[in-house]
Amino acid sequence: MITRIVQEPIDLGDLVRQVQRPECGAVGTFLGVVREPNLGHRTLTIDYHAFPEMAQKVMAEIAGEAAARWEIGEVAIVHRIGRLAVGEASVAIVVSAPHRQAALEATAYAIEELKKRVPIWKKETFKGGEVWIEGDSAAAPPSDPAGGARGKIRKGRSAG
Amino acid sequence: MKVRVQLFASYREAVGKEWIEQELPAGARVQDLLESVGACHGLSLSPGRTLVARNLKYVGAETPLEEGDELVLLPPLSGGA
Repeated sequence: MITRIVQEPIDLGDLVRQVQRPECGAVGTFLGVVREPNLGHRTLTIDYHAFPEMAQKVMAEIAGEAAARWEIGEVAIVHRIGRLAVGEASVAIVVSAPHRQAALEATAYAIEELKKRVPIWKKETFKGGEVWIEGDSAAAPPSDPAGGARGKIRKGRSAG
Repeated sequence: MKVRVQLFASYREAVGKEWIEQELPAGARVQDLLESVGACHGLSLSPGRTLVARNLKYVGAETPLEEGDELVLLPPLSGGA
């Protein structure tokens, strides 16, 4: 399995080549990309911070769980940290398997578990401020005070 | 007893330090640590949102602590896209 925290851009094609196996007729891929707007802001950049030792360990656990639950060939989980611009990939999951259902299900499992368990955070810089994103911004609408992502907005700080 | 606490992300930024030391009564558990650090450093910590790890493993609010433990306080995660 391939599990990495990287600073450099993620090359999805290279990961696909690394997980391909002769007996695998399917490669499932997920690419997470910095979007704007997020939570109603015009995002400029996102800084990803990790607890690298633990992130690496939890990513390896997730890859192992995927291999135990589905018949797959190889799995790659790669998360980028540092400052990313809109459109750049922050995370890639790539799974090869003999058949498509296992590849797709294992790919979905890995990204969902990564979001719940891998210690990585993002700090978003937008025009006029910056905010730590806390929690999964897809889990609930930002207007819901009881759930979903929250942030502590610090207005007036420029992107540093 | 005294434990060492490593902070990440918004917690580290709010406190201005990566590592802090926290004095706790004997028999303290993870939830006592959260209350104590929250009160001392003005952080809003709760077992429902704050994650705590020891030796690279998540530990629950009821986990007993020991003198010299090194704990990690993690804000709600936001990795992925």
